[in-house]
Amino acid sequence: MNETKYDDLIVKQFFTATVVWGVVGMLVGVILALQLAWFPANLQIPYLTFGRLRPLHTNAVIFAFGGNLIFTGIYYSMQRLLKTRMFNDGLSRFHFWGWQLIIVSAAITFPLGMTQSKEYAELIWPIDIAITVVWVVFAVNFFGTIAIRKVQHLYVAIWFYMSFVLTIAVLHIVNSLAVPATWFRSYPIYAGLVDGLVQWWYGHNAVGFFLTTPFLGLMYYFLPKAADRPIYSYRLSIVHFWALIFLYIWAGPHHLLFSALPEWAQTLGMVFSVILLAPSWGGMLNGLLTLKGAWHKLRSDPVIKFMVVAVSFYGMSTFEGPMMSIRAVNGLAHYTNWVIGHVHSGALGWNGMIGFAMLYWLLPRLWNKPIWRPGWVTSHFWLGTIGIVLYTVAMWAAGLTEGVQWRALNEVGQLKYPVFLDVVRMLRPFYWMRLVGGTMFLAGAIMMMINFFKTIGGPDSAAETASTPQAA
Amino acid sequence: MSENSFHRRFFEGKAAIFAIAMTVSVLIGGLVEILPMFTAKLGPERADWVSPYTPLEVAGRDIYIREGCYHCHSQMIRPMRAEVLRYGEWTRAAEYAYDHPFLLGSRRIGPDLQRIGGKYPDAWHYEHMRDPRSTSPGSVMPAYPWLLEWKVDAEDITKSVRALSRAGVPYSESDIAGVGASMQAQARGIVQSLAGSGINIDWDREIVALTAYLQRLGVEGRRALADRGSTP
Ligand code: HEM
Ligand code: HEM
Repeated sequence: MNETKYDDLIVKQFFTATVVWGVVGMLVGVILALQLAWFPANLQIPYLTFGRLRPLHTNAVIFAFGGNLIFTGIYYSMQRLLKTRMFNDGLSRFHFWGWQLIIVSAAITFPLGMTQSKEYAELIWPIDIAITVVWVVFAVNFFGTIAIRKVQHLYVAIWFYMSFVLTIAVLHIVNSLAVPATWFRSYPIYAGLVDGLVQWWYGHNAVGFFLTTPFLGLMYYFLPKAADRPIYSYRLSIVHFWALIFLYIWAGPHHLLFSALPEWAQTLGMVFSVILLAPSWGGMLNGLLTLKGAWHKLRSDPVIKFMVVAVSFYGMSTFEGPMMSIRAVNGLAHYTNWVIGHVHSGALGWNGMIGFAMLYWLLPRLWNKPIWRPGWVTSHFWLGTIGIVLYTVAMWAAGLTEGVQWRALNEVGQLKYPVFLDVVRMLRPFYWMRLVGGTMFLAGAIMMMINFFKTIGGPDSAAETASTPQAA
Repeated sequence: MSENSFHRRFFEGKAAIFAIAMTVSVLIGGLVEILPMFTAKLGPERADWVSPYTPLEVAGRDIYIREGCYHCHSQMIRPMRAEVLRYGEWTRAAEYAYDHPFLLGSRRIGPDLQRIGGKYPDAWHYEHMRDPRSTSPGSVMPAYPWLLEWKVDAEDITKSVRALSRAGVPYSESDIAGVGASMQAQARGIVQSLAGSGINIDWDREIVALTAYLQRLGVEGRRALADRGSTP
């Protein structure tokens, strides 16, 4: 196949956006971490307080870093898997610029306090409409490309991408239905716990279909490429794919355990969450076992290093999640920093690390240039890994401390720590430790950004390896 | 699995069928869980002792949302001994009947606020929002001094109340027409109570609206549940 027929410009655009927004989103995360450890960092400026910056962080890392990353991988791999150029270059461009515009509007509206308050769906209603439009354009381009494919069978990565495109559309529309009051304010059509259930049906499946299935698709394409080995088991991929997408949807109520949501719904949420362990581990095992036989690369190839850590953290957080869905465990974990530890073991460990692996694998191939500082890739790996460990360990310790002390009773059945602030004060060292871990993770991402810009500004691979300048 | 397996022929070769099968599998769970919520029997319990937020409380709630208070404060007391001791009666579904959006929160960086109403005097809230450390040493909460200066706008809140009524909250046309008067009347009460603590402030400052909202949280539930004795 002639490589030039693929549209790689769109891949490069999304790639660049990923690198830049990643640093921005993580920087905001570090600012939040600082604000919790040291409140004066709120600066008494309305636009920069924790409450207004937090949705900026979550939206930037999930939709700007994660989203652009997914699109980078999809546009690169689907053209190659289907052996065709994208359906329509105009739609690709519209998708790219539309998505960046949405991100910029998020960065403006959140500090101004414009929010719908539903987690990961905070953007105000006009932006919600823009998201819908851009998503439909992307979906048309995506399915159009499938329609004009030159390969009959769809590879497993494509299945996962498909479930992402379809499910996110449904989730976004249903959860965003609201009555506008002004251009900047609206109220959902649902009330109380029904609104809560719809939101967590959305929220949990944002995890499932934004942070999990497309990333599994990326894993199924890039991991065998990097390891130079075929996928371990095709049969396993079929079984865990269908089980995963079917089961994920039911698990939302594990965010509402012990609330006054009807008992039957809470129980369904808990049971399905526990079962979800199986298909999640199916994906992890298929990834890890594919690497079996490529272990020798683990020492030399930092891309493989990133992948091993990523898939392991995926396994870890999808073990932790089902455990936290068990009522008794959730009673302890809910509301605490433990949940934040869980979030970031998934987000930094799985999404971050598999993302970095993909970017470093693509960089020299897309631009046809050698990486400016190969050693920095390995440094990034270690900074990231140690950063995650510090982050999650600090949050587990903080979460257990809170969880246990909030509920502790003395001999006469009264609260042992009746003053809430006593517990808050006890968390300070953990918040500082998280700040150190998060800063290391950010430092790694900044090294990647520098390495990226230096690489693409540097000389071509061909020019370097060939003794004479390239003729054609 | 063979090159010619069912999955291969039926799904991987036929993208449209694959996409439809996928959509159906993804829709089932949501439909089964969400649709029954709109029925009286399987959905959240309702009660006649909850009333909609007053216009001033709506204004306060808008501020609570704008500042992102729910990122640090939950509004859901779980039915556990320690929670009931710390925060009061556990939260009933009916108490959220008019909550568009719901504000349960998922974190407790600060304490739960579902029954904060009536726990402290108005002046406490004023001081706490101005400088959290003045009432709560060691707190990590940001200070919100601008709430003491920024103004609420009756016309703007009329739009909120109208939109809420469209979303299903039972406000009458006369409620909507009387938003300004209602806000002012309720705010006067808070202004007077603040004056009693030596704090002088105009009725239309955001802190007054926010205080009105906070001071009503959980109060109706506490009263109703105390009357009937506290059985789940
Ligand atoms: C430098 C790296 C990062 C740092 C220092 C950081 C820090 C933080 C902090 C301080 C919070 C607020 C926690 C709280 O409310 O107590 C937070 C929330 C969150 N972060 Fe990050 N973050 C980082 C990277 C990421 C990445 C890469 C992702 C996703 C891909 C992510 C996803 C989230 C999510 C989803 C939440 C909300 C969690 C919840 O509501 O329970 N973060 N982060
Ligand atoms: C089998 C898989 C998983 C299950 C069953 C699961 C379960 C849970 C549970 C029980 C909570 C705590 C809810 C609470 O008490 O507030 C939670 C929170 C969360 N999980 Fe997972 N988890 C899984 C995998 C993941 C993965 C892989 C990620 C990230 C990539 C992730 C991201 C999150 C986020 C962002 C939250 C915080 C939501 C919020 O409160 O804002 N989860 N999860």
